[in-house]
Amino acid sequence: MSALIGKGAQRDAAGPGLPALMRDAAASCALIELQDLSVRFGNRTILDRLNCTLSGRAIGLLGPNGAGKSTLINSLLGFYKPAGGTAQVLGYDIRKQTKQIRTIVGYMPENDSFIANMTAVSFVRLMAELSGLPSEAALERAHEALFYVGLGEARYRKLGTYSLGMKQLAKLAQALVHGPKLVILDEPTNGLDPPARQRMVRLVQEMKDSGEVRIVLCSHLLHDVEQTCDEVLILNQGRIVHYSNLEEERKANLRFVELETVGDQAPFAEALIKMGCECALLGQGRVKMVLNNGVDIRDIYRVAGERQIQLRRLNYRRDSLEDIFLKAVEQGSRPPVPVGSAAHGNL
Amino acid sequence: MAIYKRTYRAYAGPLTPEWSRFWVLTRYAWRYLFRSRAMTGFFILCFFPAIVMALGLYLNHSESLLRLLRMPSGRALIGDFPLYFRVFVQMQTGWAMLLTAFAGPTLISPDLVNNALPLYFCRPFSRAEYVLGKFCVIAWLVSLITWIPGLILFLIEVGLSGPAWGWNNLYLARGILLGSLGYVLVYSFIGLALSAWVKWKPVAGALVLGTFFLGAGFGAAINEVLHTKNGYFIDTGHMLKVFMEALFRVPTADDEVSSIAAVIQLLAVCGLCLWLLSRKTRAFEVVR
Repeated sequence: MSALIGKGAQRDAAGPGLPALMRDAAASCALIELQDLSVRFGNRTILDRLNCTLSGRAIGLLGPNGAGKSTLINSLLGFYKPAGGTAQVLGYDIRKQTKQIRTIVGYMPENDSFIANMTAVSFVRLMAELSGLPSEAALERAHEALFYVGLGEARYRKLGTYSLGMKQLAKLAQALVHGPKLVILDEPTNGLDPPARQRMVRLVQEMKDSGEVRIVLCSHLLHDVEQTCDEVLILNQGRIVHYSNLEEERKANLRFVELETVGDQAPFAEALIKMGCECALLGQGRVKMVLNNGVDIRDIYRVAGERQIQLRRLNYRRDSLEDIFLKAVEQGSRPPVPVGSAAHGNL
Repeated sequence: MAIYKRTYRAYAGPLTPEWSRFWVLTRYAWRYLFRSRAMTGFFILCFFPAIVMALGLYLNHSESLLRLLRMPSGRALIGDFPLYFRVFVQMQTGWAMLLTAFAGPTLISPDLVNNALPLYFCRPFSRAEYVLGKFCVIAWLVSLITWIPGLILFLIEVGLSGPAWGWNNLYLARGILLGSLGYVLVYSFIGLALSAWVKWKPVAGALVLGTFFLGAGFGAAINEVLHTKNGYFIDTGHMLKVFMEALFRVPTADDEVSSIAAVIQLLAVCGLCLWLLSRKTRAFEVVR
């Protein structure tokens, strides 16, 4: 399958007019496939044998500072040569097919990247022309992209005069102008005020919903990732510490309950597990559980009464992305977990 | 896409050939350069000597005009054509140096200051294409005022004196072309390398001139103090002159370096500049 997609995508890179069937096939193939990918700078291992397959429409890349997120992005773009293993982006190998990858990818870097003495429209047009668009088409697309991101009225202003939020939007426009199949956004909401952040998140959601582009979003703001992404990959110290398919979790509609109890939790938890619930003791009287379909809240009260457990608080609460993230980072020093497309968020 | 339909849409139109994309950078750089009236004015001024030299060639063949200038009958205005063309090329390369000092610093340093290189290299656009695109900015500007008008002057003289003269003096055309190309290469590479390493434009411009003038000064001092010819190896301007004089068949003086040594030195300078460029033109600097 992936070979077939690879050929299809290759044909698209060589010229326009990719048949709709192939476009659909390309859209459904693995977005990113990491195969024992390692990156080293001198003696330092930055990425340590990463393995995973990501196929969502929008993938969140999370991790604390220095986790290797930006290095992973840069390696996927071919800026850093892998020390071991390889990776594929939409079927293209990062070692051998860098040019093809760069043809179908739009990249919005984290730091300020622009040419200060150019107007936004000239800058975006230049980027489009460098991606291979003919001059007139590039100009047309530059106007469109700037209107799309909301800089239409300011497109003839020099980039050096833009506010931080506007610069972020200009960077997004240049990433979109050549119509990529995959957009890599590195901290797109960095330094934005709440309305600008909301606007950026809405744009990313719109892009995802258009179905024409897939997104890799690298951000420290977990709420942004939770709002926009289907899958989340958490890195810590150059290793994958967690993979979560948010979309599947949402679909699964599991019934998460969080309890705060006083008393001996062990027999209480045992009884709940016997009833078919998934249960985790978090210490200090806190219990998290997923209710089985046949189990009701009344059953929890009943079991608690039988075991003489006091229920001080009961919340319906799923693990937020923040919980998942913090737990994953805490577990970061443990051996890497195997990840796959069927993985679920843990309790 | 109409503005009212502000949705994301993939591009499905034709693409330009990959080999031609370096030219995009050249075009944009020229557009930026010629927005400056000073630059445009100076560039136009650089063609003035070529016009004067062309008039000189015409006068040389116009007896009526020579009589008007009260030149003695039978005496030519231009006695030594190799010197005439060599002086033209050397004069133009002087202008070219100033042009390089003006245009060179605007090429790479703004991209580095604004951290724009990742945006270039995340596209199907290589570092080599980037350097080639920027190289062409200076190379074509310098070409337009050196070997291109030089060859036009040569063709004018062929037209006035006849094909036999052209055939006998073909080495002059070769000298104009190759001698100028030597300057084109060295100026372009030095301009780019300094632009990549010195982010402050006025300093980079001054350094372009300094490379030649300070090199000449130090080279002469070394030669004088140590009674040697090795000082010329840091005087790139002198080496370019030696290379061109060899092409124009000017006899080499005893205290002069050989043309082969000059070529080697010039290639070494170009190599050094390329190495300096390769160190700086990266999407991200890796701290090991």
